Amino acid sequence: MVIKAKNLDLTFQTNDGPVHALKGVDLEINQGDFVSFIGPSGCGKTTFLRVMADLEQPTGGEITVNGVSPEEARRARAYGYVFQAAGLYQWRTIGGNIRLPLEIMGVPKAEHAERVAKVLELVELSGFERKFPWQLSGGMQQRASIARALSFDADLLLMDEPFGALDEIIRDTLNEQLLKLWARTEKTIAFVTHSIPEAVYLSTKIVVMSPRPGRITDVIESTLPKERPLEIRETPEFLAIAHRVREGLRAGHADG
Amino acid sequence: MCPRKGAASSGGRIEFNWHNEDGCIVKSVLPVLTVVLAILGIWLLAVIPMNMHLVADQAQRDGVIVVPDEPAARQAFSGVGLTWHNPDLVPLAYNFVRPRLPSPQQVAGEMYETIFTKSITSKRSLVYHGWVTLAPTLLGFLIGTGLGVLLAVGIVYSRVMDRSVMPWAIVSQTIPILALAPMVIVVLGSVGIQGLFPKSLIAAYLSFFPVVVGMVKGLRSPSQMQLDLLRTYHASNTQGFWALRLPASLPYFFTSLKVGISASLVGTIVAELPTGARAGFGARMLVGDQYGQPLVSWAALFAAALTAAALVGLFNAIERITLRRMGMAAV
Repeated sequence: MVIKAKNLDLTFQTNDGPVHALKGVDLEINQGDFVSFIGPSGCGKTTFLRVMADLEQPTGGEITVNGVSPEEARRARAYGYVFQAAGLYQWRTIGGNIRLPLEIMGVPKAEHAERVAKVLELVELSGFERKFPWQLSGGMQQRASIARALSFDADLLLMDEPFGALDEIIRDTLNEQLLKLWARTEKTIAFVTHSIPEAVYLSTKIVVMSPRPGRITDVIESTLPKERPLEIRETPEFLAIAHRVREGLRAGHADG
Repeated sequence: MCPRKGAASSGGRIEFNWHNEDGCIVKSVLPVLTVVLAILGIWLLAVIPMNMHLVADQAQRDGVIVVPDEPAARQAFSGVGLTWHNPDLVPLAYNFVRPRLPSPQQVAGEMYETIFTKSITSKRSLVYHGWVTLAPTLLGFLIGTGLGVLLAVGIVYSRVMDRSVMPWAIVSQTIPILALAPMVIVVLGSVGIQGLFPKSLIAAYLSFFPVVVGMVKGLRSPSQMQLDLLRTYHASNTQGFWALRLPASLPYFFTSLKVGISASLVGTIVAELPTGARAGFGARMLVGDQYGQPLVSWAALFAAALTAAALVGLFNAIERITLRRMGMAAV
């Protein structure tokens, strides 16, 4: 069990009164799962991811990451986090950006080159090590940021709408690459998105959420095979799952 | 060829424009030159009416017929009016010995003479006086910048300092230090502290503030996302400072340096003005004024301006080279 959340609550105190970002959230994520969180904005999907990462503190309930508290997991560097924007340091080369976590975590210098080469190969950016971020396209920058999150070899990858700012065509390619990467590295991935096809295409488990208060309305175990060419998105099986996700989103809206 | 500005900033979401270079010679020189020519034109025009009364008096003494011929009657005319009646005197206005407003070529001549033809150890050499002003400027600038950076780091990392020091830094700038400078110099002089240090103190006082403000802004420029990223790495504050905050603040730092160095120079000159200093740009300006040698004042004024421009230009060059090396500027 990688993530185990039980009756998780998170209430932000704002000037307009309390906002229930998460209410009564129960979820389990197993080793090797690819879990997508989908829902309209304000449903708490990003907040939930940030709670796993110890970037937000829950106000109620329990959550464990790798069997320990999120804080302990963060201190143990148990996960890599990919943000919505690549957020590469402009003054570091791509290689330098990937070395950043290695330097901070005190990974021996001798290992750096090998690790950088390995993760660059995983995101298909070999040969770009010496380029500066501004020399890369938006999609390449985001791949570089994924490489950065992979470089210290944490078993859990938390991704917050990593492809949200990219166009549909690049998105398709990156989704395909991400699936390959997931198959090769056997990591556990928690993936926030607002795209139904993206969620269905990538996931072994789809968590549908709804806002006010942020809660889980449906958890769908995908019946799709592990091997997924892009064409799978036209199969009846795929469409059936997408339909169920859509229904879940609509239901969340109706009673919300 | 001019590089396209901000061409590479489209990919990232970074607010600060890293690629804002004024690297294009043609583009930046032309507007500056236009302004310089305009100022020169106004100056050349102003020389005539500004000096006309003096020129007319002198011309009359030399036996030239001047309209009106009564000095008292001339006082009733404005400079422009007097010029209107005596157009023949216009050339004389440009080469008057003790003009109210010297002409550009007179100032240039004085500067050439005192910079290039005098030994640099001579009391008549502007280079000598320039160094007398430059040394405390640089020392004060170093002190001010060092202090400014330290304060900024403290303010960014300590809530207590943010609340206690920052307001004082702002209040410090409401003190009219230019008016107080003479007092500071005199008080320090009376306890035996003289020469370089009191002037440096004023220079440091004027330069620390832009550095504090710029560095606080720069050190705080990383986005919440970038700070969160470091948190996911469980990075310490020290690591965050060296890896993220300091490099991110560099563009702001250079801007502060450019403001700070010119403020330092102004501070030093002001510290020289009222205290009977015998050397330095400030002393030259005062001496020229007191002994009726406007050329000396103007030459010192322009030399000081050129020095400031050179210092700012130097930091500009260092900035460009540094940022380019760090990959923060487009090729």
